Amino acid sequence: MPECFVAKASEMQDGDRRIVVAGHAEIGVFYKDGAYFAYSNTCVHAGGPACEGLMINRVVDVIAPDRTYQGQTFSDEVHFVCPWHGYEYELQTGECVGDRRLRLKKFDVVRRGDDIFVVV
Amino acid sequence: MDMARSEVRKLAAEDYSTTQHLEHASRQARERNYQDFLIVDVDAHHYESESYSEVFAYIESPVIRRQAVESAKRGARASMLGGTIGYQDIGGRITRHELRRHDIRRHDKLGGGNHRDVAMTLEWMDAMGVDYSCLFPTPMLFLGLHPQVEVEVAMCRAYNRWLCERILAVEPRIVSMLYLPFNDPDAAYKTVKDFGDKKGVVGFMVTSPRYKPVHDNAYVKTYALLEEMGKPIAFHAAYNWHDQSLSLTNRFISVHALGFMWFNMVHMTNWVINGLPERFPKLKVMWIESGLTWAYCLMQRLDHSYMMRTSDCPSLKRKPSEYMREMYYSSQPMEKPRDRSILEATFKMINAETQLMWSSDYPHWDFDLPSVIYDLPFLSETGRRNILGGTAAKVFGLDPKPVKKIP
Repeated sequence: MPECFVAKASEMQDGDRRIVVAGHAEIGVFYKDGAYFAYSNTCVHAGGPACEGLMINRVVDVIAPDRTYQGQTFSDEVHFVCPWHGYEYELQTGECVGDRRLRLKKFDVVRRGDDIFVVV
Repeated sequence: MDMARSEVRKLAAEDYSTTQHLEHASRQARERNYQDFLIVDVDAHHYESESYSEVFAYIESPVIRRQAVESAKRGARASMLGGTIGYQDIGGRITRHELRRHDIRRHDKLGGGNHRDVAMTLEWMDAMGVDYSCLFPTPMLFLGLHPQVEVEVAMCRAYNRWLCERILAVEPRIVSMLYLPFNDPDAAYKTVKDFGDKKGVVGFMVTSPRYKPVHDNAYVKTYALLEEMGKPIAFHAAYNWHDQSLSLTNRFISVHALGFMWFNMVHMTNWVINGLPERFPKLKVMWIESGLTWAYCLMQRLDHSYMMRTSDCPSLKRKPSEYMREMYYSSQPMEKPRDRSILEATFKMINAETQLMWSSDYPHWDFDLPSVIYDLPFLSETGRRNILGGTAAKVFGLDPKPVKKIP
């Protein structure tokens, strides 16, 4: 499988990303909490640049044991958001949060020394 | 055909541009050969509030002008035009709302003789493959809720004069249906009289969130004038979170989903039940930004009751849905049910191939691209072309020759 150079590992800080254009494929490569993730940069909704938007944790309702609503907070689950319309994807899986049956195509990321590659 | 390429991009906020933001839309436009046919966007927006200092200078009353100018100097306090409660950018997730300041800076630096809104609008139009756009304001969509009718009238007249002089007069690809100060029926009539023949004015628009019934006799002379001029009247949806019923909702998704349908459902019901289509048979009526399902629902509701209560609406000679099927609808935000047959039935219900007009609503948070129409498998080729631009060209009187420049 062909590999495309992404960046020097030393150049990518926590929360950084790169958009790799390889032929007709566009891939978003994320570096977060010591791990790399790579997904297709085409949103399942309208074809927007899914990997180019905000990274933000999942919003959850706080429901007390007595089932009363106690407000909202952010969970530990990290999302990235398509900037066109707000479709959210889970960083770990590429699943579309609004409908987990939908997901972005995932790509493998390999590190050789200080070089990061995505397998296209 | 797009050439294969290889590059690695970093994402830097200061590098933001609309052309880059919409690069995937441009790819769609090239893949689908949009350059070969006309695409008209019947509902697009700019942020007129970014030009308020210019618009305020057009306010004719020296007292209201001073109030507007002075109140705008202190943004953190109460302002004369009022703000609208809402968070359309989903807590910053729709990044173009924040990043557009880089676009503004770039266009200001480029200069040129025309207003920057002209260049900024043409930039996204070309990126999407749009030939003509009908441009509407953004914050002013809520001006019909202003408690001071004279402020709505003054601001409407100032904005319309500014828009005609600074935008429409200089750019033939940008047209507008001008804001009607509907809370003052005489001022609405005067607006049509004064601006109906201006360059780029293709109709008039009523912002739907307001509390005046459309069947009031006070509006009859305005409808008659519009009918005589052949200019459409459009009802542009929005919400009012202070509305007694809508104030029960606690999230933007809720007030948006209901509010953008609600006011148009009320106005449409009054329009039909009071027999306005019989009184103004040649008046072109458009319903903007409520999606499609509201009409599909309302047609069935009204038809069902009509057969039992014809005495409530004696002016009608046909079922309510038959009148509604002769009106025009903008497409965005187009609902996309998983079962395509439901969408197909919705299109059939409103005679979409002759009555529906594609709209983007760009740059707002839930904009649509032309592909939402182009990619539908159940449309005839003629119907597809009509929805994307042919019908709008007829209603607005536009040259059907494509003029866009897709990057």
